[in-house]
Amino acid sequence: MVTSGDAYVILPAALDGLIQALRADYRVLGPTVQASAIVYDELTGLADLPRGWTDEQAGGHYRLRRRDDGALFGYVVGPQSWKQFLHQPVQPLWRARQSEDGVTFEPPPTPARPLAFIGVRACERRAIAIQDRVLLEGSFADAHYAARRAEAFIVAVNCGQAGGTCFCVSMGTGPKVEDGFDLALTELDPAGEHRLLVEVGSERGGRLMAGLPQRPATAADRDAAEAAVARAASQMGRAMPAVDVPAVLARNLEHPRWAEVAERCLTCGNCTMVCPTCFCTTVEEDLDLAPDQAGRTRKWASCFTLDFSYIHGGSVRQSGRSRYRQWLTHKLATWHDQFGSSGCVGCGRCIAWCPVGIDLTEEVQAIAASEQG
Amino acid sequence: MAETGTRPKLAVWKFASCDGCQLSLLDCEDELLAVAGAVEIAYFLEATRAEVAGPYDLSLVEGSITTAHDAARIKAIRQASKRLITIGACATAGGIQALRNFADVRDFISIVYARPDYIETLATSTAIAEHVKVDFELRGCPVNKHQLLEVLAAFLRGRQPATPGHSVCVECKQRGNVCVMVAHGTPCLGPVTHAGCGAICPAYDRGCYGCFGPMESPNMAALNHWLARLGVDQPTIARLYGTFNVNAEPFRAESQRHGG
Ligand code: SF4
Ligand code: SF4
Ligand code: SF4
Repeated sequence: MVTSGDAYVILPAALDGLIQALRADYRVLGPTVQASAIVYDELTGLADLPRGWTDEQAGGHYRLRRRDDGALFGYVVGPQSWKQFLHQPVQPLWRARQSEDGVTFEPPPTPARPLAFIGVRACERRAIAIQDRVLLEGSFADAHYAARRAEAFIVAVNCGQAGGTCFCVSMGTGPKVEDGFDLALTELDPAGEHRLLVEVGSERGGRLMAGLPQRPATAADRDAAEAAVARAASQMGRAMPAVDVPAVLARNLEHPRWAEVAERCLTCGNCTMVCPTCFCTTVEEDLDLAPDQAGRTRKWASCFTLDFSYIHGGSVRQSGRSRYRQWLTHKLATWHDQFGSSGCVGCGRCIAWCPVGIDLTEEVQAIAASEQG
Repeated sequence: MAETGTRPKLAVWKFASCDGCQLSLLDCEDELLAVAGAVEIAYFLEATRAEVAGPYDLSLVEGSITTAHDAARIKAIRQASKRLITIGACATAGGIQALRNFADVRDFISIVYARPDYIETLATSTAIAEHVKVDFELRGCPVNKHQLLEVLAAFLRGRQPATPGHSVCVECKQRGNVCVMVAHGTPCLGPVTHAGCGAICPAYDRGCYGCFGPMESPNMAALNHWLARLGVDQPTIARLYGTFNVNAEPFRAESQRHGG
């Protein structure tokens, strides 16, 4: 009997059994190599996983690199997050048709099968929890997010190494996934006795585990898993300064640094699109030439566009300065007031995927340092 | 909007251009019947020989002004049109032919034509909005056919077209592309370019060419600084901006500054 809280050890090949078992009931999504990056997409089997790949990340820089071992999860986080699937970039809302009998509304199609995610990192799991808070636990629950989130099966992965733009340790969000998973993997010794430690986090996770070739984890396996996570924790490429960030930002809304960063900022919106917690959307009327039809579609929006702050008479946030300040102060300060936590989980995506490498930890550091005079 | 019961009269006009944008309309095969049902196509030489005299409820104008004759013709069209929408980079910015604005047009003529003395042309290629009042400009070289239909649908419904002025990057991310600049080091004009194409080039591992012209708040200096870091030299930067939208600020200024 496999129960929640137990830990087992499987061989890499057993992951294929896991994927196949999940595929019976779920649309299984996980890391694949596409366009020279780790991209989350449909998994059909073990062979789809990025075996032997890692990533090199810095401000505005991402490169896939070969590893000298056969690690399956030897990379950190890629260009997209699970937001791509739970809070879709383009979400049809409804269609309406007018006839002699009146107007009939059609809801959008709901996903045919629930989603299973393989390879959810600690920061990403926390980001999903933040989007749950925003999209499900407020006064209005988002039906589209709810439909995709409800049954989602989560196979988490504890990081055994950190990337150049990671800073989960300073945000208290990783590198170990503490809860909210069905199964959590820690990859051990990919260059030698390659195996995975599996922690069971739910009943359905346990049922799945029971069907795989496995053995109970030994103290040595658990020690090795702890060491892997500790190694990742020691490798953080970045750190959020250990100051009261909301207070520092709130005191410095007119700081000259905002103008300096605006000189470099393209107002392109990439940071908000890649951020796993950013949730803003806009609604567009569907293109309909026929007079008896209408529809609405929701799309990801960004606080870096002029439309975002458009009210009667024009856009409130005209300058790049005010738009960057909005993004950073919402993410790191007012998010606490609104949702009870920071809006940042330290995944580093906004740093790596900013085309000009703007780094929020560096911006906070510059403002905080100027206070210390 | 037209009065109930009558379809609004649509005219499509051509100035100096390659016809690609008008053809985008004909390319809307699936929707063409719906378009023909919603508007009366009163003047559209690419599609029909029938000509109906003005006034027109909506004129779509393709192409730039390059001759004195055309400069006069656009004024007459404006007078005959309730609403006038320009479509494509030639009409909204002067097009690729605006490269003549930065050289002596006589030099081009002497190279291209056997009998230069037969050619009567202006020294510049300019956007329609530099000559008459334009109600809406649809960007692109060529325009995106979905956006063209959106502009027509919005006109029919009396609403604002959804043709956002933000960067191509927003569409690029919505589409799920991997950023070619960050992941491959490929120079890309997406961050300073107006959305509308659906980020086609990055989807095929190419950098954005800037076909839709400058976005709403382009930070040219910041992008150029980064392009230089990626190893793009000054003449190449000039050429990147010196294409279909070379006469649109601030692409014009950048192309000139870097030696275009
Ligand atoms: S703000 Fe940046 S580092 Fe923080 S969660 Fe968003 S993308 Fe990741
Ligand atoms: S911070 Fe970077 S990614 Fe974000 S809008 Fe500015 S340039 Fe774009
Ligand atoms: S590929 Fe180009 S358009 Fe796409 S996000 Fe990167 S810089 Fe922007």
